[in-house]
Amino acid sequence: MTRQPRLSKRITSFALIAPLALFLAFFFVAPLVTMMKTAVSDPVASIALPTVSAALDGWDREGAPPVEAQQALANDIRNVSNDELFGDLVRRLNSAKSGFRTLMTKTRNAVIEDANLNDLVSVDRRWSDPGFWVAVQDAAGASLTDRNLLAAVDLQRDANGDIIDAPEGTSANRTTLFRTMIMAGIVTLCCIAVGLPFAMVAASTTGWKRQLLLGAVLLPLWTSLLVRTAAWYIILQDNGLINLTLQTLGLTNGPVPLIFNRLGVVIAMTHVLLPFMVLPIFSVLIGIPKNLMPAAASLGAHPIRAFLLVLLPLSLRGVVSGALLVFMSALGYYITPALIGGAKDQMISSVIAYYATGAANWGMAGALGIVLLAATMILYVVYLRLSSEEVRT
Amino acid sequence: MKTLPVSKAVFGTAVVIFLMAPLFAILPLAFTDSIFLNYPIPGFSFRWFHELFTANAWRWSILNSLVIGCGTTILATVLGTIAALGLRGNSASLFFSFFRTAFLLPMVVPAVVLGVGMQLMFAQYGLANTYVGVIIAHTVIAIPFVVVNVTAALQGIDRRLENAAASLGASPAVVLQQVTLPLAMPGIVSGAVFAFATSLDEVVLTLFVAGPNQRTVARQMFSTIRENISPAIAAAAFLFIVGTVVIAGLVLLAQKKTQRA
Repeated sequence: MTRQPRLSKRITSFALIAPLALFLAFFFVAPLVTMMKTAVSDPVASIALPTVSAALDGWDREGAPPVEAQQALANDIRNVSNDELFGDLVRRLNSAKSGFRTLMTKTRNAVIEDANLNDLVSVDRRWSDPGFWVAVQDAAGASLTDRNLLAAVDLQRDANGDIIDAPEGTSANRTTLFRTMIMAGIVTLCCIAVGLPFAMVAASTTGWKRQLLLGAVLLPLWTSLLVRTAAWYIILQDNGLINLTLQTLGLTNGPVPLIFNRLGVVIAMTHVLLPFMVLPIFSVLIGIPKNLMPAAASLGAHPIRAFLLVLLPLSLRGVVSGALLVFMSALGYYITPALIGGAKDQMISSVIAYYATGAANWGMAGALGIVLLAATMILYVVYLRLSSEEVRT
Repeated sequence: MKTLPVSKAVFGTAVVIFLMAPLFAILPLAFTDSIFLNYPIPGFSFRWFHELFTANAWRWSILNSLVIGCGTTILATVLGTIAALGLRGNSASLFFSFFRTAFLLPMVVPAVVLGVGMQLMFAQYGLANTYVGVIIAHTVIAIPFVVVNVTAALQGIDRRLENAAASLGASPAVVLQQVTLPLAMPGIVSGAVFAFATSLDEVVLTLFVAGPNQRTVARQMFSTIRENISPAIAAAAFLFIVGTVVIAGLVLLAQKKTQRA
């Protein structure tokens, strides 16, 4: 008797969550999948050269390619009527082996001029070099590529397909990733340095004092991120409040540079993310029995010793949760560095936004997006593990 | 031993000032009559509020924010509340805990990453540069707030009330309509308020998904700070902060009501 209602309840529950599950599958999961696919897809050559791949099947990649392959390639090139597609194709081939730019243009003109021309070597001697054919076969046969993913961490493949470092000075992605980690780390440390003692002070007081301290944490959390960033802009700018005060007091002659540099970004981001540090630590601290510190003191422990050996270890779980939350949020931050930071303080999010909206290089935007997404997800899983352990104990 | 409370008070005050000062620093600048966004304020005027409601760029952005915010609130609240009802009472099931976690993920994924994906996908389906597209994008990241708030409200409901209504002959639909939803209403309202606030403050997804016709206030503030900083920012911020305090008051009231019920 009990089985039937339980089953029907399950079905009702499932029917209730289905609309949201479908909505998120379509508008949350699918966009992320689209982004990942774009990062690894490489369809240009296989669209532009549809038949040459089959014709090169069974070729040993060392000797001269079969006659049919030359025929197929000549036909494929002849049939590329779209100049834009041809341009993309040349760029794709040239990135694998230089020399294709002139070779392809020359070949295209020749095969269009003579509709029966099939002997490509007679057009250009370079077609007898198997290296060019290897590049054509690799490009036309593959619809997937790891080029963008490798470029996201400043790597590339050499002529033999081995992974090597990208030439010095061509790309700064590794520097940006490293800088993002450093900035997120500094912001996390600042949040711990301010948030841990603040949470301890808040937990040790009662009544209106505690309300005031917590309210001070909650109000910024509720205020628009843009408003807070704009406010820091006003305070930190060269004729802003801080510089005005310093100059009025005669402490400095000229303005101290606080904005469009790393210091400004760290200050503003610490302000924005501090609540995520204070709240987890506070909720751990108020769960600690009040009589532990007096107990330690009555056993003869100096207050500092009692703090180090009793309170600090007990609050560590809150610190770790808070640090994970802050670090995770800081990694993907866009607005604050974009508005408060200078050109040298831009984090990975800015680079992704640049590739997507500025350079229209979706492959690179997607590849860097995968890197950021993976880092965030790993941190989130660790955070979930920690908080579920907390529930169990 | 006397030094410890003193240093505690000093440190606490310093952090409170650090947290609150920026918000108070921007408020008076909303009433400046200068065209510069800095202190000292030469004279007081309402010219920047006037600018906010008459300049075309700002007026349209306010209207857009309201339309998109309302659309997001309705869509997110309906979807999130229904899903929270479905999750209720299934906390032991691994299958449902998976969905519970999955529904919160939009809060975790970096907005820029989601923005790139949405821009790519929305272009394929003709949703790019449309109001529907922006509302959908905002709904995705507003959903977690609704699910969290409504779930919390549902957990606080005494099951015996619903059982009593059912034993008195009420059909499940009547129980839901007359007992469960009214009791969960404070949570639903909190969720709706959070959804609206999320939409109002959202910039990154809007940058990727919206066209020039869907410029929201937040988007307009972002480009004003970036390109030609003007005190209109402070006027907009003033409205945001006052709005936040009012909304916070409303939500606290709603939560008080839940606790009493």
